[in-house]
Amino acid sequence: MNPTRSFQGLLLTLQRFWAERGCVILQPYDMEVGAGTFHPATTLRALGPRPWNAAYVQPSRRPKDGRYGENPNRLQHYYQFQVILKPSPPDLQQLYLDSLKAIGVDLALHDVRFVEDDWESPTLGAWGLGWECWCDGMEVSQFTYFQQVAGVECAPVAGELTYGLERLAMYVQGVENVYDLNFNGLEGEDRVSYGDVFLQAEQEFSRHNFEHANTEMLFRHFADAEAECKALLAAGEADGGARHQLALPAYDQCIKASHVFNLLDARGVISVTERQSYILRVRELAKACGAAWLKTAGGGAN
Amino acid sequence: MPDLLLELFSEEIPARMQRKAAEDLKKLVTDALVERGLVYEGAKAFATPRRLALTVAGLPVRGRDVREERKGPRVGAPDAAVQGFLKAAGLASLGEATIVSDPKKGDSYVAIIEKPGQETIAAIAEIVPAVIRAFPWPKSMRWGKASAAGASLRWVRPLHSILCTFGAETEDPEIVAFEVDGITSGNTTYGHRFHAPGPITVRRFDDYVASLERARVVLDADRRKEIIATDARNLAFAAGLELVEDEGLLEEVAGLVEWPVVLMGSFEERFLDIPGEAIRATIRANQKCFVLRDPATGELANRFIPVSNLVASDGGQAITAGNGRVVRARLSDAAYFWATDRGPLPDLDTLKASAEKLDLQLDKPLDQRMAKLDKLGVVFHAKLGTQGERVQRIAALARELAPIVGADPKQAERAAKLAKADLPTEMVGEFPELQGLMGRKYAELQGEDASVAAAIEEHYKPLGPSDRVPADPVSVAVALADKLDTLVGFWAIDEKPTGSKDPYALRRAALGVIRLVVENGVRLPFMKLAVQLQIRIIRQLADSHRRTLMAPLIAYDEIAEMPVTEIRDGSLNFIFRRLEKTNASVAEAVYEGLQDLLSFFHDRLKVMLRDQGARHDLVDAVLGEGASGNDDLLLITRRVAALGRFLETEDGKSLLAGYKRAANILKAEEKKDGEGAFAAAADLQLIAAAGLIEEKALAVALAQATPKAEAAIAAEDYEGAMAALAELRPAVDAFFDKVTVNDPDPALRANRLKLLNQLREATRAVADFGRIAG
Repeated sequence: MNPTRSFQGLLLTLQRFWAERGCVILQPYDMEVGAGTFHPATTLRALGPRPWNAAYVQPSRRPKDGRYGENPNRLQHYYQFQVILKPSPPDLQQLYLDSLKAIGVDLALHDVRFVEDDWESPTLGAWGLGWECWCDGMEVSQFTYFQQVAGVECAPVAGELTYGLERLAMYVQGVENVYDLNFNGLEGEDRVSYGDVFLQAEQEFSRHNFEHANTEMLFRHFADAEAECKALLAAGEADGGARHQLALPAYDQCIKASHVFNLLDARGVISVTERQSYILRVRELAKACGAAWLKTAGGGAN
Repeated sequence: MPDLLLELFSEEIPARMQRKAAEDLKKLVTDALVERGLVYEGAKAFATPRRLALTVAGLPVRGRDVREERKGPRVGAPDAAVQGFLKAAGLASLGEATIVSDPKKGDSYVAIIEKPGQETIAAIAEIVPAVIRAFPWPKSMRWGKASAAGASLRWVRPLHSILCTFGAETEDPEIVAFEVDGITSGNTTYGHRFHAPGPITVRRFDDYVASLERARVVLDADRRKEIIATDARNLAFAAGLELVEDEGLLEEVAGLVEWPVVLMGSFEERFLDIPGEAIRATIRANQKCFVLRDPATGELANRFIPVSNLVASDGGQAITAGNGRVVRARLSDAAYFWATDRGPLPDLDTLKASAEKLDLQLDKPLDQRMAKLDKLGVVFHAKLGTQGERVQRIAALARELAPIVGADPKQAERAAKLAKADLPTEMVGEFPELQGLMGRKYAELQGEDASVAAAIEEHYKPLGPSDRVPADPVSVAVALADKLDTLVGFWAIDEKPTGSKDPYALRRAALGVIRLVVENGVRLPFMKLAVQLQIRIIRQLADSHRRTLMAPLIAYDEIAEMPVTEIRDGSLNFIFRRLEKTNASVAEAVYEGLQDLLSFFHDRLKVMLRDQGARHDLVDAVLGEGASGNDDLLLITRRVAALGRFLETEDGKSLLAGYKRAANILKAEEKKDGEGAFAAAADLQLIAAAGLIEEKALAVALAQATPKAEAAIAAEDYEGAMAALAELRPAVDAFFDKVTVNDPDPALRANRLKLLNQLREATRAVADFGRIAG
């Protein structure tokens, strides 16, 4: 599949590229998340001493970014391609540039730049240093050296690459409107565009996110997820607190709370002061899940 | 003399940190060299996105030898003392020590320790790794395998290689060998990431710069800036346009490229409907591109200037096209914000209560935004309530200030109510630097009066000592109200600036008040207003916190009269902590607390005058003893100005000299006779009977000038007061010339001293001359 001719070609090329460099190719996490970072393959696997190299596509939901399908660049649902390499290899920048070449970006023709962008996720209690990667002035990826996740120092540090797939595809296909992207690479009657696949969803979900999502129910769901997360964290304690047996299910509830919060935020029912306290509540969950993870085999506990 | 060349090659360093990092590198390395006695002729540091470089020229090959004598015990001293000496001096046996003879003390041992000067290259090999390990990056990180261990090297981004050579011009420099966390120093660097990624062997600074230039790296940031600015201006000129100069952006862009290539792109003319400031803000902040204007109209043109880091194989067409696509997307966003902000908000029904409270017109977009700001309960400061509460206060104050500054009270109130309304707009949410300006645009569009619209933008002004001070009375009223509310509010909760910490920019606010008052000639009854305002703040906080003692809606007068002890409940305690033991009323307590704010203003006034090159000691002279009563900032500055002019004249200088002489004599004599011994008026009959003619003349002059000066002061005619004092000069000069104050006759002496005291009092009516320096 030619990465410059179809959306799926781009995606498959990136998967192949990173598969050939030793990454575990995962499938998307089956929950609503705001970014690929939320996938436990990044958040949790970034913690602890064990090496970990993985790549995957993650559908990401940002309810507030919905534009009823009317903005050519903004979507409330889009795809991220996520690569996590722990420890960060010394030639990570070059690997990234090679991946751009692989998807058809001619580095003698295009101006690729690493522009400071310190990454911070208040809800995940995570931060790192890195860049936005610019191609001819467009941010096409984020490049981060994780320093802390779930309130825990990363040792060793993982390198994270996040490609904005729609933007990259628009770039390599030379398309001005996301809905005009060629999805399947065929022409004429057989051509399927991004709009064919997603326009209706963008319209309907924008209505849902901004107008119809039942806020009373969402507040309840937030409380439920928070309570369940805490309950699982308590129930999973084993060996007098030395080990944990329910870190992953607990973290699922944390993800759930985070998404519900995003929906409530989009509905505009959370005031500025409350907003801070909700973020803090999610962060507390994330931190506790991170701590629990470090007491599991995946987190390096013996 | 040999030179040092050092380069630290890393992944991309944030643009904003590069210049400071280069300077830090220079300072840390050269300071450490000097500390070891290695002085140098010159040093210069450089930064590009991927490297910090330092050249230190004219270093010695090695440091100076050091000879040190260490005194030891007497010959024949106990063994313990001898052993201690040998150990301290680093000697193996007494055979290595010298014996010195002293006729009084006898023979004793001395160790002569000679340290040969350290080789400079060895010193560098110690200094540089230490500097790297402790480098003061504002933010640094760990990376790679090494980061599994706790104490791994930190750098701003992963550090890849270190080049370090040392040697004289005439010889092949040596590599200064050291290792920092697995990175071994060498003589290799790398060129431009895409044009010349291979290794380059370097000897010294000269060929380093030249090799980099061939490898498409301009080492010097200032040269990169010059290239960008010149090329951008030329491209603009060729298109019949003018570059909108932007030093901050230029500095940043120069830190994003090693080899600047300046291009020009365009966007659709229809986007020019968006306010130019917003176009510039988005293109600048998000795309780091310059914008251009039409020199004929001064309006923005539909062009922009990106600066790329690549000599592209197609001459930059693809890069320009790509940048254009992003700029268009950004402008589409801005156009969306611009349209959204002018339309109605959804859920208008939920804003009714806020609209009623603030007397807003919900059929107007900007009013809706203000209602929304109030409804959302956006907190201004945890202890000072919400933005909505603050706007209510500012509006009330602006209305009260209006007659004082010559504004229409209704307009001032309206402007204040809309002054913060643009905060929840999409445009200001995206570009906070456009606050005020967008409010003005939206206000104009909904048909607000021109003065009201202008005040929305101008009420933030002046933002600093060089910023313009608004002159429209409505703007002045709202600007004063905004700043006074901030100051009085933070004084109420005892969050004042300390040292270098001033997180709420209160010094700037106070200076703003002073400049508004002085430049617009506003007579501000400062203390009266401040007391009212602070009581209003207290009352509003009490209401909104629903404290039982206060609720509901206690009247202003009542709270003012209430004893402090009665409101010592919960959240308001902090305001009166200092006074909780006294029985003062709230108004008294507030007045007391605000004395400190008045002194803060006096201090700001002095700083302002000093910055303007004026004599700030004159402020103290004008304030005199009773600084607390002097709350009319305009009058203080006028008096200072008049006094300054007077002291420039011969009369002024001479009178000041006369005053000082009189004051010194009085001070000395009051020590003998006691304070206040000469406070009474001079006995005119005694003067007439036994006084000298000069003495009589001074008495007459004082009798004439003193009431004149006092009357002039009362009429706020400071020039007149100075002129009245000036009339004293001949009499004072003649008096000191001819009259002996300390006459042997005690009655005459006392009377003359009384006369001098009258002179001192006369000048005090105008200023305390004793506080004038020099």
